Amino acid sequence: MYSAKIKVTLRRSILDPQGKAVEHSFQSLGYDKIKDTRIGKFIELKIDASSETEAKKMTDEVCGKLLANPVMEDYEYEITSLNGDK
Amino acid sequence: MTKAKFGVIVFPGSNCDHDAYNTLKHVLEQDTEYLWHKDSSIGNRNVLIVPGGFSYGDYLRCGAIARFSSVMKEVVRFAESGGIVMGICNGFQILCEAGLLPGALLRNENLKFVCRNVTLNVENKKSIFTGTFNGVPNKDRIVLPVAHGDGNYICDENTLSELESNGQILFRYEDNPNGSLKNIAGIVNKKGNVLGMMPHPERYSDDILGGHDGRYIFESVINYLN
Repeated sequence: MYSAKIKVTLRRSILDPQGKAVEHSFQSLGYDKIKDTRIGKFIELKIDASSETEAKKMTDEVCGKLLANPVMEDYEYEITSLNGDK
Repeated sequence: MTKAKFGVIVFPGSNCDHDAYNTLKHVLEQDTEYLWHKDSSIGNRNVLIVPGGFSYGDYLRCGAIARFSSVMKEVVRFAESGGIVMGICNGFQILCEAGLLPGALLRNENLKFVCRNVTLNVENKKSIFTGTFNGVPNKDRIVLPVAHGDGNYICDENTLSELESNGQILFRYEDNPNGSLKNIAGIVNKKGNVLGMMPHPERYSDDILGGHDGRYIFESVINYLN
């Protein structure tokens, strides 16, 4: 069994109005050194795969097909084994 | 004039399906039926409406879950074989997610849900969906309601120049309510048989509801089929 931790964020080229709004709040709180705030999604799931390669392949597939829209979003993920093996 | 056979798709969370059905069936008096999202056939329908609403609660991204429902396989097949498909509001988002239209719809630039009437410039009057605007004086500009939180259309530069040069941009906002690229409010695919638009023609086709500029869009389709 493997665990996948997936982050989906708006592509860098796309303005993130939520991130901007949050950053304005940082400034109101006096944190004027915080820059470039981006808001994204965090998705965690388990995969009953026989190898890490298979788990990665499956994660890439579901990210490409469903979890991220390549027109506006990028994704990255971390796979960890839950069995203590690799 | 032969009646068009409209099919209005119903997803869990659709909320403009009844408006579309009422306009097509009772105002325009066309042959109209609902299609359920679990249907695996679109029957003998010759125009499909993907209506507005919040299909599947807009979970993940607007339209992202709906596009994998079983009826959408048939919608894609129908559209690819030249069938007429109209996506309105959430329907526009679903058609983008399904790859039938280019680009995507982001959260409104000001992060607010916008619900009001807007003025649109009709940019191309030769399409399946805008043919009747030719015959109506002073119909370069129309009024339709918008009601959405994610109507901020984007696409890459190459796609935009294709949209512009092929006349695929049918409607632009006069006063942009959501930050969309080049004030885009509605587009068609390259072949011209699939429409996506954020404003709601089905809510503005009967004078009892305040205006009827939406009628011209449905009547264009009906005329085209005849």
